[in-house]
This record gives sequence, structure tokens and C-alpha cells, in this order.
Amino acid sequence: MSRPSDRVLAFTLFAAALFAATFVDAGIRRDAHEPALQRTERLVEDLRLSDLVLFTEARYTRHLSQADLHSAFQDHPVALEHFPSGSLLPPPALLLDRHEPLDREAAPSD
Amino acid sequence: MNRWIEKQRHLIDFTASSLARRKGKSLGLLVVYTLLVFVLASVSLYTHALRNEATRVLAGTPEVVLQRLIAGRHDLIPPGYIEKIGRVRGVQKIEGRLWGYYYDSVLKANYTFMVPSDRRIAEGEIVVGPALERSRGLAEGNGISFRAYSGELHTFIVSEVLAHESELVNADLVLMSEADFRRFFAYPDGHYTDIALWVANPQEVRNVGLKLINALPDSRPILREEVLRTYASIFDWREGMMLALLSAAILAFGIFAWEKAAGLSAEEKREIGILKAIGWETGDVIAMKFWEGFLVSLLAFLLGYVAAYVHVFHFEFALFAPVLQGWAVLYPSFALTPKIDGLQVATLFVFSVLPYTAATLVPIWRAATTDPDTVMRS
Repeated sequence: MSRPSDRVLAFTLFAAALFAATFVDAGIRRDAHEPALQRTERLVEDLRLSDLVLFTEARYTRHLSQADLHSAFQDHPVALEHFPSGSLLPPPALLLDRHEPLDREAAPSD
Repeated sequence: MNRWIEKQRHLIDFTASSLARRKGKSLGLLVVYTLLVFVLASVSLYTHALRNEATRVLAGTPEVVLQRLIAGRHDLIPPGYIEKIGRVRGVQKIEGRLWGYYYDSVLKANYTFMVPSDRRIAEGEIVVGPALERSRGLAEGNGISFRAYSGELHTFIVSEVLAHESELVNADLVLMSEADFRRFFAYPDGHYTDIALWVANPQEVRNVGLKLINALPDSRPILREEVLRTYASIFDWREGMMLALLSAAILAFGIFAWEKAAGLSAEEKREIGILKAIGWETGDVIAMKFWEGFLVSLLAFLLGYVAAYVHVFHFEFALFAPVLQGWAVLYPSFALTPKIDGLQVATLFVFSVLPYTAATLVPIWRAATTDPDTVMRS
């Protein structure tokens, strides 16, 4: 083990073994998490939940899929969206799908 | 074959000794390189696992959620509405949902108050999510008072705390009986927040949605498939945000690596000249430098990836979680199920190992093909 190449290769092999171990670990943890995941699935079904608890500060980021086009601007007319989580979560696709093209196609009145 | 392997080993011997001679520089490069792979791998492993978990967990949401809008704003479902939906063909099951938000001025966070349809909760009792247990110090049997919008204080006894393992969906929930809910929010009888409905034939969901809009023009159906699409896309967005923030670091590393790999120092040039003068072939010099670039980048990839895996799945993404949590006080602390996308790992490997290895080869090839005398003199 005195040659530098042996040391380098041994260390690389060790790192590769650790890399392979992450896949084994992932498999073990996946199996261990499975019952909890199933219970969570059941909870979602039983309580009729529709969204993940990612942010609780604003209702349109708490229930993202239930937010309507106006919920982010609800404070007063021509309000600007101001919650920080708004910059981390994009408006859901279903709002953009329906409203954005209409908005873009509509010509401003003179 | 053995001869070839022996030759490569000698080249690696030489490379390792030459790297060891420039210990500080080589180690510095390896550390920076590993850190970069670590950050990139952390972000991609985390978002991939979160996307998978969301898709899996949300597969059981109601097929259609129907809201009612007045002047573009969400309004309560009035009595008689549910009966009208019952007449739409294809609808199998309908349920009025009762839920709303409560702003807790102590924590400056919103809770989701909800009436569960799968269990009966006695009046005066509530079932709370684990985030409330943690942040308000609640436990089974404790009492807690909430000030209703009418100004009165309502006191509830916690009868149960929901499971920690499902924090991703239940962290901020407060479940209560229908009577308590209506009393607390002064909710008019017969009114609901929205309607959850299930369709007999999954192929018909879209058609049922259209029929609902026709029958009830003030309604807004949200389909399960739209919910899933929403969550699939937000994690792409987040990943993009993180990568955009990191782009400066990636660019800086690119310049650093290019400088290190592409620009040959006078010392390295002299080394190549000497090697060629003592009889090394051009191929040998290139192979030696290939091993240098490949070993450094491979090690950086392996170490960075392993560290990222441990960070994301064993330490709950602790370093970057604050960025993703924002100001949300009740942000859940959940352990993700490891779900690794082979393609993602392969992409990371290709983008971290190949460019650096390639960048080391080009200048070496140029130097190695010129006359040793010129190289040494230049």
C-alpha cells in the first residue's frame, strides 16, 4: 500500500462505496417510511385535504391549489402581493392557464 | 491488458505525487469543487424527493373541489347548491367541506380550522396538528383559547395530536366539531366553505367539471389533476430559484476551474517539457493529465454527492431549509422519503466530471504536441 496510486485508488473506491451506500440507505429508508406515507395518504383521503403545509403566512400560499386569481390581491383594489412566500411559490398553473392568455390577448381600451 | 493497467497505475502514481507536491492548491480545488457538487446535489435531491412525496400523498385528494365565486372572490356555498350538483350526471359522491383560517396573533401564523368528515369530535374538544403542539406547547388534555372574529374567547380541550409523520399535510390543522366550527366563525346554518365531489368514471372528470360550470355558472371546479400539476410545477420553480441564486457561485467556480485547468503555469509547462525530453510520449502526458482531472472531479462528485445525501435525508436539509421556509412560522419539519432519480444523478455526474476533465486536456494536448525544447524555453 505504499504506492501513491494504491492510496488514491483505495480512497476513490471508498468514496464510490459510500456513493453506492446512499442507494442502499435510500432503499432501506424508503421501506421504513412506507407505512407512514400510507397513513399520510389515508389522512389526506379521510380529511379531504387538498394542499401541502408549505407556508402558513398567506391563505393563497397555504392552500395554493384552492387560491383564485384574486386572492393574492385581496387587501384592497389594485393591491400588490406582498408576502415573501409569494416569491417562492409561483401562481398555480391552473390560474395561469385560464387567465393569463385572456389577459394578454385583451387589448387595453383607449 | 496487465501491461496497460500497470502503465496507468504508474501514471496515477506520478499524478498523485505531483498533486501532493502542490498540496494546498490541489486540496483547495477539491474542497471548493466538492462544496459545489454538494450544493447542487442537495437542491436536486431535495426537490425531487419533495415532488415525489407531494404527488404520492396528494393522489388521494377529492377528485373535484367546487368553490363558489362572487365578484371574483371566494364565497360560501348556500343551501340548495349541493342538491343542484346531485342532478349532474356522473357525480358519485358529494360532501360539503367546512374549513377556514384562523390568524394566531401570538405566533403570527395562520391555522387551518376544519371539520373532519371521517371522525366525530366531541363539542369543546379539538384535534391539533403537530406544529401547534410544538409551537404552542400543547399536549393531550391541555386547554387553549382562541378569540373568535366576534371577539369572544372560546376555550377548547386538545383531545388528540395528529401524527408527526404526516406533518407535510397536517402541521397546522385544528379539527373540531361542526357545531363548534359554526359557533366559532358564526357560520350560517346550511352553508359550506366548498364542496368535495367524486366522479364515478375517472375518464369523465373533465366533462363533469364542464357540466358543473354550465349548471352553476358562479362555481369554480378545481380538479385533482390540476392540484397535482400545481405541486409538480412549484417544485420545479423552487429548484430553479435556488439554482438561479447559486448561478453566481457556479459561474465563479467555472472561472476558477477554467483558470486552474486551462491555463498552464510556467512550472507545469516546464514539467511537460522535461517529461517529453526524457522520453514520455504525447499520449502518456495527456493520459497523466487526464487522470489528474478525472480523479479530482470524480472524487469531488462522489464526496459532494454523499454529503448532500446525508444532508438532505439524515439532517432534513438543515442548511437550506431556512431559504425555503421563508417567514412561515408553522413550517412543518418532515423527514423526506429518499427517492433518487438515476437520471438526475447521471446528469450531475456528467456536468461535474466531464467539463473539468475536458478542460484539463485541451491545453495539455497543445503543450504536449509542441517540441519539448520550445515548451521549456517559452
